[in-house]
Amino acid sequence: MSIFEYNGSAVVAMVGKNCFAIASDRRLGVQLQTIATDFQRISKIHDHLFIGLSGLATDVQTLYQRLVFRHKLYQLREERDMKPETFASLVSAILYEKRFGPYLCQPVIAGLGDDNKPFICTMDSIGAKELAKDFVVSGTASESLYGACEAMFKPDMEAEELFETISQALLSSVDRDCLSGWGGHVYVVTPNEIKEKILKGRMD
Amino acid sequence: MSQSAVDVPPKGGFSFDLCKRNDMLTQKGLKAPSFLKTGTTIVGLIFKDGVILGADTRATEGPIVADKNCEKIHYMAPNIYCCGAGTAADTEAVTDMVSSQLRLHRYQTSRDSRIITALTLLKKHLFSYQGHVSAALVLGGVDITGPHLHTIYPHGSTDTLPFATMGSGSLAAMSVFEAKYKEGLTRDEGIKLVAEAICSGIFNDLGSGSNVDICVITKGNNEYLRNYMEPNPRTYVSSKGYSFTKKTEVLLTKITPLLERVEITEVGEAMEE
Repeated sequence: MSIFEYNGSAVVAMVGKNCFAIASDRRLGVQLQTIATDFQRISKIHDHLFIGLSGLATDVQTLYQRLVFRHKLYQLREERDMKPETFASLVSAILYEKRFGPYLCQPVIAGLGDDNKPFICTMDSIGAKELAKDFVVSGTASESLYGACEAMFKPDMEAEELFETISQALLSSVDRDCLSGWGGHVYVVTPNEIKEKILKGRMD
Repeated sequence: MSQSAVDVPPKGGFSFDLCKRNDMLTQKGLKAPSFLKTGTTIVGLIFKDGVILGADTRATEGPIVADKNCEKIHYMAPNIYCCGAGTAADTEAVTDMVSSQLRLHRYQTSRDSRIITALTLLKKHLFSYQGHVSAALVLGGVDITGPHLHTIYPHGSTDTLPFATMGSGSLAAMSVFEAKYKEGLTRDEGIKLVAEAICSGIFNDLGSGSNVDICVITKGNNEYLRNYMEPNPRTYVSSKGYSFTKKTEVLLTKITPLLERVEITEVGEAMEE
Protein backbone atom coordinates (compact mmCIF):
# COMPACT_ATOMS: atom_id res chain seq x y z
CA MET A 1 0.00 0.00 0.00
CA SER A 2 1.30 3.45 -0.81
CA ILE A 3 2.08 5.88 2.00
CA PHE A 4 -0.48 8.27 0.57
CA GLU A 5 -3.19 5.64 1.01
CA TYR A 6 -2.56 5.33 4.72
CA ASN A 7 -4.98 8.08 5.73
CA GLY A 8 -6.96 8.72 2.52
CA SER A 9 -7.83 12.18 1.23
CA ALA A 10 -9.34 14.17 -1.62
CA VAL A 11 -8.72 17.86 -2.26
CA VAL A 12 -9.77 19.92 -5.28
CA ALA A 13 -9.63 23.61 -6.15
CA MET A 14 -11.31 25.41 -9.04
CA VAL A 15 -11.13 28.85 -10.56
CA GLY A 16 -14.18 30.99 -11.25
CA LYS A 17 -14.81 34.58 -12.26
CA ASN A 18 -12.97 36.70 -9.65
CA CYS A 19 -13.49 33.91 -7.15
CA PHE A 20 -12.17 30.47 -6.35
CA ALA A 21 -13.43 27.37 -4.55
CA ILE A 22 -11.46 24.78 -2.61
CA ALA A 23 -13.01 21.56 -1.32
CA SER A 24 -11.94 18.46 0.53
CA ASP A 25 -13.41 15.31 1.98
CA ARG A 26 -13.69 14.84 5.76
CA ARG A 27 -12.54 11.31 6.46
CA LEU A 28 -9.52 10.46 8.55
CA GLY A 29 -8.67 6.77 8.48
CA VAL A 30 -5.93 4.36 9.42
CA GLN A 31 -5.80 2.17 6.32
CA LEU A 32 -9.29 0.71 6.14
CA GLN A 33 -10.59 1.81 9.54
CA THR A 34 -12.21 5.25 9.86
CA ILE A 35 -11.22 7.12 12.98
CA ALA A 36 -12.67 10.60 12.37
CA THR A 37 -15.32 12.10 10.11
CA ASP A 38 -14.56 15.77 10.61
CA PHE A 39 -10.87 16.09 9.76
CA GLN A 40 -9.82 19.57 8.62
CA ARG A 41 -7.70 19.36 5.49
CA ILE A 42 -8.18 22.91 4.28
CA SER A 43 -6.74 25.71 6.35
CA LYS A 44 -6.85 29.47 6.02
CA ILE A 45 -3.54 31.28 5.77
CA HIS A 46 -5.13 34.69 5.40
CA ASP A 47 -8.51 35.98 4.22
CA HIS A 48 -7.72 35.47 0.55
CA LEU A 49 -5.40 32.45 0.72
CA PHE A 50 -6.24 28.85 1.55
CA ILE A 51 -4.15 25.72 1.51
CA GLY A 52 -5.51 22.17 1.34
CA LEU A 53 -3.11 19.37 2.18
CA SER A 54 -3.65 15.71 1.22
CA GLY A 55 -1.56 12.73 2.21
CA LEU A 56 -0.19 11.55 5.54
CA ALA A 57 -2.23 13.34 8.22
CA THR A 58 0.66 13.92 10.61
CA ASP A 59 2.67 15.68 7.89
CA VAL A 60 -0.46 17.65 6.91
CA GLN A 61 -0.67 19.10 10.42
CA THR A 62 3.09 19.66 10.83
CA LEU A 63 3.43 21.33 7.45
CA TYR A 64 0.42 23.54 8.13
CA GLN A 65 1.91 24.69 11.43
CA ARG A 66 5.27 25.43 9.75
CA LEU A 67 3.58 27.44 6.98
CA VAL A 68 1.44 29.48 9.38
CA PHE A 69 4.62 30.25 11.35
CA ARG A 70 6.47 31.45 8.24
CA HIS A 71 3.49 33.50 7.11
CA LYS A 72 3.13 35.19 10.49
CA LEU A 73 6.83 36.12 10.42
CA TYR A 74 6.32 37.52 6.90
CA GLN A 75 3.35 39.57 8.10
CA LEU A 76 5.39 41.01 10.95
CA ARG A 77 8.30 41.92 8.70
CA GLU A 78 6.41 43.16 5.62
CA GLU A 79 3.24 44.46 7.36
CA ARG A 80 1.04 42.88 4.72
CA ASP A 81 -0.36 39.50 3.65
CA MET A 82 1.58 37.21 1.34
CA LYS A 83 0.53 37.05 -2.28
CA PRO A 84 -0.59 33.58 -3.43
CA GLU A 85 2.26 33.26 -5.94
CA THR A 86 4.82 34.09 -3.27
CA PHE A 87 3.22 31.63 -0.87
CA ALA A 88 3.35 28.91 -3.50
CA SER A 89 7.07 29.52 -3.96
CA LEU A 90 7.53 29.37 -0.17
CA VAL A 91 5.74 26.01 0.07
CA SER A 92 7.72 24.69 -2.89
CA ALA A 93 11.01 25.70 -1.25
CA ILE A 94 10.03 24.16 2.11
CA LEU A 95 9.09 20.88 0.40
CA TYR A 96 12.19 20.75 -1.84
CA GLU A 97 14.44 21.31 1.15
CA LYS A 98 13.38 17.79 2.21
CA ARG A 99 14.00 16.35 -1.28
CA PHE A 100 15.61 13.12 -0.05
CA GLY A 101 13.33 12.57 2.95
CA PRO A 102 10.15 14.36 1.97
CA TYR A 103 7.01 15.43 3.77
CA LEU A 104 4.50 12.86 2.59
CA CYS A 105 1.77 15.27 1.54
CA GLN A 106 0.65 17.15 -1.54
CA PRO A 107 -0.59 20.71 -1.11
CA VAL A 108 -3.28 22.49 -3.09
CA ILE A 109 -3.01 26.26 -2.81
CA ALA A 110 -5.81 28.63 -3.77
CA GLY A 111 -5.92 32.39 -3.38
CA LEU A 112 -7.02 35.72 -4.77
CA GLY A 113 -4.11 37.78 -5.98
CA ASP A 114 -3.83 41.37 -7.17
CA ASP A 115 -6.96 42.72 -8.86
CA ASN A 116 -8.86 39.80 -7.30
CA LYS A 117 -7.48 37.45 -9.90
CA PRO A 118 -7.85 33.85 -8.66
CA PHE A 119 -4.73 31.72 -8.39
CA ILE A 120 -4.56 27.95 -7.88
CA CYS A 121 -1.70 25.53 -7.86
CA THR A 122 -0.77 22.09 -6.64
CA MET A 123 2.55 20.42 -5.94
CA ASP A 124 3.88 16.92 -5.62
CA SER A 125 5.50 15.93 -2.34
CA ILE A 126 8.87 17.49 -3.26
CA GLY A 127 7.60 20.87 -4.38
CA ALA A 128 7.19 20.64 -8.17
CA LYS A 129 4.68 23.43 -8.78
CA GLU A 130 1.87 22.83 -11.20
CA LEU A 131 0.00 26.02 -12.01
CA ALA A 132 -3.32 25.55 -13.71
CA LYS A 133 -5.87 27.93 -15.06
CA ASP A 134 -8.89 25.74 -14.43
CA PHE A 135 -8.67 23.17 -11.63
CA VAL A 136 -6.19 21.21 -9.55
CA VAL A 137 -6.69 17.97 -7.65
CA SER A 138 -4.80 15.88 -5.13
CA GLY A 139 -5.29 12.87 -2.86
CA THR A 140 -6.26 9.20 -3.18
CA ALA A 141 -9.33 10.12 -5.23
CA SER A 142 -7.24 12.24 -7.64
CA GLU A 143 -7.76 10.01 -10.69
CA SER A 144 -11.55 10.18 -10.37
CA LEU A 145 -11.30 13.89 -9.60
CA TYR A 146 -9.33 14.51 -12.80
CA GLY A 147 -12.07 12.86 -14.81
CA ALA A 148 -14.98 14.55 -13.02
CA CYS A 149 -13.42 18.03 -13.19
CA GLU A 150 -12.49 17.70 -16.88
CA ALA A 151 -16.10 16.91 -17.66
CA MET A 152 -17.81 19.39 -15.35
CA PHE A 153 -15.55 22.44 -15.45
CA LYS A 154 -16.53 25.55 -17.39
CA PRO A 155 -14.46 28.73 -17.46
CA ASP A 156 -15.71 31.98 -15.83
CA MET A 157 -18.33 30.54 -13.50
CA GLU A 158 -19.93 32.73 -10.84
CA ALA A 159 -19.70 31.76 -7.15
CA GLU A 160 -23.01 29.87 -6.95
CA GLU A 161 -22.40 27.80 -10.06
CA LEU A 162 -18.78 27.22 -9.05
CA PHE A 163 -19.91 25.88 -5.68
CA GLU A 164 -22.35 23.48 -7.35
CA THR A 165 -19.75 22.27 -9.84
CA ILE A 166 -16.97 21.67 -7.33
CA SER A 167 -19.33 19.93 -4.91
CA GLN A 168 -20.69 17.60 -7.57
CA ALA A 169 -17.18 16.82 -8.82
CA LEU A 170 -15.92 16.11 -5.29
CA LEU A 171 -18.84 13.96 -4.18
CA SER A 172 -18.98 11.92 -7.38
CA SER A 173 -15.23 11.25 -7.19
CA VAL A 174 -15.05 10.28 -3.54
CA ASP A 175 -17.97 7.91 -4.05
CA ARG A 176 -15.60 5.90 -6.20
CA ASP A 177 -12.81 5.88 -3.61
CA CYS A 178 -12.96 3.77 -0.48
CA LEU A 179 -10.45 5.82 1.43
CA SER A 180 -12.03 9.26 1.17
CA GLY A 181 -15.50 10.64 1.67
CA TRP A 182 -17.81 11.05 4.64
CA GLY A 183 -19.11 14.38 3.38
CA GLY A 184 -17.35 17.38 1.98
CA HIS A 185 -16.03 20.72 3.16
CA VAL A 186 -16.18 23.52 0.59
CA TYR A 187 -14.89 27.09 0.79
CA VAL A 188 -15.99 29.54 -1.91
CA VAL A 189 -14.07 32.81 -1.68
CA THR A 190 -15.02 36.02 -3.47
CA PRO A 191 -13.44 39.43 -2.84
CA ASN A 192 -16.18 40.26 -0.32
CA GLU A 193 -16.86 37.10 1.61
CA ILE A 194 -15.81 33.55 2.45
CA LYS A 195 -18.61 30.99 2.25
CA GLU A 196 -17.89 27.76 4.10
CA LYS A 197 -20.28 24.88 3.47
CA ILE A 198 -20.39 21.34 4.77
CA LEU A 199 -21.86 18.86 2.32
CA LYS A 200 -23.93 15.78 2.96
CA GLY A 201 -22.42 12.77 1.24
CA ARG A 202 -22.45 9.01 1.46
CA MET A 203 -21.22 7.82 4.85
CA ASP A 204 -19.52 4.70 3.70
CA MET B 1 15.66 32.40 19.26
CA SER B 2 16.73 28.78 18.94
CA GLN B 3 13.24 27.59 17.86
CA SER B 4 13.21 29.67 14.68
CA ALA B 5 16.69 28.45 13.76
CA VAL B 6 15.38 24.87 13.64
CA ASP B 7 13.07 25.68 10.76
CA VAL B 8 15.73 26.72 8.22
CA PRO B 9 19.00 24.78 7.77
CA PRO B 10 21.98 26.96 8.73
CA LYS B 11 23.62 27.14 5.31
CA GLY B 12 20.73 26.36 2.92
CA GLY B 13 20.75 23.13 0.93
CA PHE B 14 18.92 19.90 1.71
CA SER B 15 17.72 18.79 5.13
CA PHE B 16 17.66 15.07 5.88
CA ASP B 17 15.81 14.96 9.19
CA LEU B 18 12.76 13.07 7.94
CA CYS B 19 14.80 10.31 6.23
CA LYS B 20 14.88 7.98 9.23
CA ARG B 21 11.12 8.18 9.68
CA ASN B 22 10.45 7.64 5.98
CA ASP B 23 12.78 4.60 5.97
CA MET B 24 10.89 3.18 8.93
CA LEU B 25 7.59 3.62 7.07
CA THR B 26 9.02 1.94 3.95
CA GLN B 27 10.20 -1.01 6.00
CA LYS B 28 6.70 -1.36 7.43
CA GLY B 29 5.53 -1.95 3.89
CA LEU B 30 4.37 1.48 2.79
CA LYS B 31 5.55 2.42 -0.68
CA ALA B 32 7.37 5.67 -1.23
CA PRO B 33 5.47 8.37 -3.15
CA SER B 34 5.91 8.83 -6.86
CA PHE B 35 7.13 12.25 -7.94
CA LEU B 36 5.93 14.44 -10.77
CA LYS B 37 8.03 13.55 -13.78
CA THR B 38 8.21 15.32 -17.06
CA GLY B 39 8.29 12.28 -19.40
CA THR B 40 9.16 14.67 -22.13
CA THR B 41 10.66 15.38 -25.44
CA ILE B 42 13.15 18.25 -25.32
CA VAL B 43 15.33 19.31 -28.25
CA GLY B 44 17.78 21.99 -29.26
CA LEU B 45 19.54 22.91 -32.44
CA ILE B 46 22.03 25.50 -33.65
CA PHE B 47 20.97 27.45 -36.72
CA LYS B 48 22.61 30.22 -38.71
CA ASP B 49 22.06 33.06 -36.22
CA GLY B 50 21.74 31.27 -32.89
CA VAL B 51 19.99 28.49 -31.01
CA ILE B 52 16.42 27.13 -31.09
CA LEU B 53 15.11 25.12 -28.13
CA GLY B 54 11.88 23.13 -28.17
CA ALA B 55 9.85 21.14 -25.65
CA ASP B 56 6.48 19.42 -25.28
CA THR B 57 4.14 20.40 -22.40
CA ARG B 58 2.98 17.24 -20.64
CA ALA B 59 3.77 16.47 -16.97
CA THR B 60 3.01 12.97 -15.74
CA GLU B 61 2.54 11.37 -12.33
CA GLY B 62 2.93 7.69 -13.04
CA PRO B 63 0.53 6.93 -15.89
CA ILE B 64 -1.69 9.96 -15.19
CA VAL B 65 -1.30 13.30 -16.95
CA ALA B 66 -0.99 15.78 -14.09
CA ASP B 67 -0.47 18.94 -16.14
CA LYS B 68 -1.52 19.28 -19.75
CA ASN B 69 0.31 22.53 -20.33
CA CYS B 70 3.40 22.86 -18.16
CA GLU B 71 6.47 24.96 -19.01
CA LYS B 72 9.63 23.01 -19.59
CA ILE B 73 11.80 25.74 -21.06
CA HIS B 74 13.30 27.57 -18.09
CA TYR B 75 14.86 31.01 -18.09
CA MET B 76 18.49 31.10 -16.97
CA ALA B 77 19.71 34.47 -18.27
CA PRO B 78 18.46 36.89 -20.97
CA ASN B 79 20.63 35.05 -23.47
CA ILE B 80 20.45 31.52 -22.03
CA TYR B 81 17.49 29.14 -21.71
CA CYS B 82 17.40 25.55 -20.47
CA CYS B 83 14.93 22.72 -21.17
CA GLY B 84 14.49 20.17 -18.40
CA ALA B 85 13.46 16.50 -18.34
CA GLY B 86 13.26 14.09 -15.41
CA THR B 87 11.84 14.81 -11.96
CA ALA B 88 9.99 18.13 -12.28
CA ALA B 89 10.95 19.46 -8.84
CA ASP B 90 14.64 18.78 -9.54
CA THR B 91 14.68 20.50 -12.95
CA GLU B 92 12.85 23.54 -11.59
CA ALA B 93 14.95 23.84 -8.45
CA VAL B 94 18.28 23.34 -10.21
CA THR B 95 17.53 25.80 -13.03
CA ASP B 96 16.20 28.42 -10.57
CA MET B 97 19.28 28.04 -8.39
CA VAL B 98 21.75 28.37 -11.26
CA SER B 99 19.75 31.27 -12.71
CA SER B 100 20.15 33.17 -9.41
CA GLN B 101 23.85 32.34 -9.27
CA LEU B 102 24.27 33.63 -12.84
CA ARG B 103 22.48 36.86 -11.96
CA LEU B 104 24.78 37.46 -8.98
CA HIS B 105 27.77 36.66 -11.19
CA ARG B 106 26.55 39.21 -13.76
CA TYR B 107 26.36 41.86 -11.07
CA GLN B 108 29.87 41.03 -9.93
CA THR B 109 31.51 40.93 -13.37
CA SER B 110 29.32 43.50 -15.23
CA ARG B 111 29.28 41.19 -18.24
CA ASP B 112 26.67 39.03 -19.96
CA SER B 113 26.63 35.43 -18.77
CA ARG B 114 28.32 32.78 -20.84
CA ILE B 115 26.73 29.40 -21.52
CA ILE B 116 29.87 27.62 -20.35
CA THR B 117 29.40 29.25 -16.92
CA ALA B 118 25.87 27.90 -16.61
CA LEU B 119 27.11 24.52 -17.82
CA THR B 120 29.82 24.29 -15.21
CA LEU B 121 27.54 25.39 -12.36
CA LEU B 122 24.92 22.82 -13.37
CA LYS B 123 27.31 19.92 -13.83
CA LYS B 124 29.09 20.58 -10.56
CA HIS B 125 25.80 20.52 -8.66
CA LEU B 126 24.46 17.40 -10.39
CA PHE B 127 27.72 15.45 -10.06
CA SER B 128 28.00 16.22 -6.36
CA TYR B 129 24.60 14.56 -5.80
CA GLN B 130 25.72 11.53 -7.86
CA GLY B 131 22.60 11.39 -10.02
CA HIS B 132 20.09 11.49 -7.17
CA VAL B 133 18.99 14.95 -8.33
CA SER B 134 17.34 13.55 -11.41
CA ALA B 135 17.52 16.38 -13.94
CA ALA B 136 18.42 15.88 -17.61
CA LEU B 137 18.87 19.25 -19.31
CA VAL B 138 19.35 20.78 -22.74
CA LEU B 139 21.11 24.10 -22.27
CA GLY B 140 21.41 26.60 -25.10
CA GLY B 141 22.16 30.23 -25.69
CA VAL B 142 24.18 32.85 -27.50
CA ASP B 143 26.99 34.73 -25.81
CA ILE B 144 29.99 36.79 -26.85
CA THR B 145 31.75 33.68 -28.16
CA GLY B 146 28.81 32.60 -30.34
CA PRO B 147 25.91 30.15 -30.13
CA HIS B 148 26.30 27.07 -27.89
CA LEU B 149 24.19 23.98 -27.22
CA HIS B 150 24.90 21.43 -24.49
CA THR B 151 23.21 18.42 -22.95
CA ILE B 152 23.64 17.61 -19.26
CA TYR B 153 22.87 14.18 -17.83
CA PRO B 154 21.67 13.58 -14.24
CA HIS B 155 25.04 12.21 -13.17
CA GLY B 156 26.85 15.31 -14.32
CA SER B 157 28.31 14.40 -17.73
CA THR B 158 27.87 16.89 -20.56
CA ASP B 159 28.03 16.92 -24.35
CA THR B 160 28.42 19.83 -26.74
CA LEU B 161 26.46 19.26 -29.93
CA PRO B 162 25.01 21.02 -32.98
CA PHE B 163 21.63 19.35 -32.34
CA ALA B 164 20.46 17.44 -29.27
CA THR B 165 17.44 15.66 -27.85
CA MET B 166 16.67 14.39 -24.31
CA GLY B 167 13.81 12.74 -22.45
CA SER B 168 11.66 9.71 -23.12
CA GLY B 169 10.78 11.02 -26.58
CA SER B 170 14.42 11.67 -27.50
CA LEU B 171 14.68 8.76 -29.93
CA ALA B 172 11.61 9.87 -31.86
CA ALA B 173 12.90 13.43 -32.05
CA MET B 174 16.48 12.41 -32.87
CA SER B 175 15.30 10.40 -35.88
CA VAL B 176 13.77 13.58 -37.33
CA PHE B 177 16.94 15.58 -36.66
CA GLU B 178 19.26 12.95 -38.12
CA ALA B 179 17.21 12.83 -41.29
CA LYS B 180 16.67 16.54 -41.85
CA TYR B 181 19.31 18.60 -40.02
CA LYS B 182 21.88 20.52 -42.00
CA GLU B 183 24.23 23.34 -41.07
CA GLY B 184 23.26 26.95 -41.74
CA LEU B 185 19.50 26.59 -41.38
CA THR B 186 17.48 29.79 -41.50
CA ARG B 187 15.21 30.81 -38.62
CA ASP B 188 12.01 29.55 -40.23
CA GLU B 189 13.56 26.28 -41.36
CA GLY B 190 14.96 25.75 -37.88
CA ILE B 191 11.63 26.43 -36.16
CA LYS B 192 9.86 24.09 -38.58
CA LEU B 193 12.38 21.32 -37.93
CA VAL B 194 12.20 21.71 -34.13
CA ALA B 195 8.39 21.69 -34.24
CA GLU B 196 8.46 18.55 -36.36
CA ALA B 197 10.84 16.81 -33.97
CA ILE B 198 8.72 17.68 -30.91
CA CYS B 199 5.56 16.58 -32.73
CA SER B 200 7.15 13.23 -33.51
CA GLY B 201 7.84 12.90 -29.76
CA ILE B 202 4.29 13.98 -28.87
CA PHE B 203 2.62 11.52 -31.18
CA ASN B 204 4.94 8.52 -30.76
CA ASP B 205 5.99 8.70 -27.11
CA LEU B 206 3.40 8.22 -24.39
CA GLY B 207 5.34 10.28 -21.87
CA SER B 208 5.15 13.41 -24.05
CA GLY B 209 2.08 15.20 -25.30
CA SER B 210 -0.03 18.33 -25.62
CA ASN B 211 1.56 21.40 -27.18
CA VAL B 212 4.90 22.53 -28.60
CA ASP B 213 6.88 25.32 -26.90
CA ILE B 214 9.73 26.96 -28.80
CA CYS B 215 12.42 29.41 -27.76
CA VAL B 216 14.60 31.19 -30.35
CA ILE B 217 17.78 32.81 -29.01
CA THR B 218 19.89 35.03 -31.23
CA LYS B 219 22.57 37.59 -30.50
CA GLY B 220 21.01 40.26 -28.34
CA ASN B 221 17.46 38.91 -28.63
CA ASN B 222 15.33 36.01 -27.46
CA GLU B 223 11.79 35.00 -28.36
CA TYR B 224 9.82 32.61 -26.20
CA LEU B 225 7.00 31.20 -28.35
CA ARG B 226 4.80 29.61 -25.70
CA ASN B 227 2.35 27.09 -27.23
CA TYR B 228 3.73 27.69 -30.72
CA MET B 229 1.72 24.74 -31.97
CA GLU B 230 -1.32 23.10 -30.40
CA PRO B 231 -1.80 19.83 -32.25
CA ASN B 232 -4.06 18.35 -29.55
CA PRO B 233 -6.98 20.66 -28.84
CA ARG B 234 -10.00 19.56 -26.79
CA THR B 235 -12.69 18.84 -29.32
CA TYR B 236 -15.25 17.09 -27.20
CA VAL B 237 -16.43 19.99 -25.07
CA SER B 238 -20.16 20.45 -25.26
CA SER B 239 -21.14 24.09 -25.67
CA LYS B 240 -24.10 23.68 -23.31
CA GLY B 241 -21.81 22.62 -20.45
CA TYR B 242 -22.73 20.19 -17.73
CA SER B 243 -26.14 20.48 -16.12
CA PHE B 244 -26.75 18.85 -12.75
CA THR B 245 -30.10 17.19 -12.17
CA LYS B 246 -29.91 17.19 -8.38
CA LYS B 247 -28.45 19.97 -6.26
CA THR B 248 -25.92 19.04 -3.57
CA GLU B 249 -27.32 18.79 -0.06
CA VAL B 250 -25.74 21.25 2.31
CA LEU B 251 -25.64 20.55 6.02
CA LEU B 252 -24.18 23.78 7.28
CA THR B 253 -23.29 27.18 5.80
CA LYS B 254 -21.07 29.78 7.39
CA ILE B 255 -20.57 33.14 5.66
CA THR B 256 -17.72 35.37 6.78
CA PRO B 257 -17.95 38.84 5.26
CA LEU B 258 -14.58 40.33 4.47
CA LEU B 259 -13.63 43.92 4.95
CA GLU B 260 -12.91 45.93 1.84
CA ARG B 261 -9.20 45.88 1.09
CA VAL B 262 -8.11 49.47 1.54
CA GLU B 263 -4.87 50.83 0.15
CA ILE B 264 -3.28 53.18 2.65
CA THR B 265 -0.74 55.50 1.12
CA GLU B 266 1.38 57.25 3.66
CA VAL B 267 1.13 60.97 3.16
CA GLY B 268 4.10 62.41 4.86
CA GLU B 269 6.53 65.20 4.44
CA ALA B 270 9.92 64.71 2.91
CA MET B 271 12.73 64.58 5.40
CA GLU B 272 14.64 67.76 5.79
CA GLU B 273 18.21 68.21 6.88
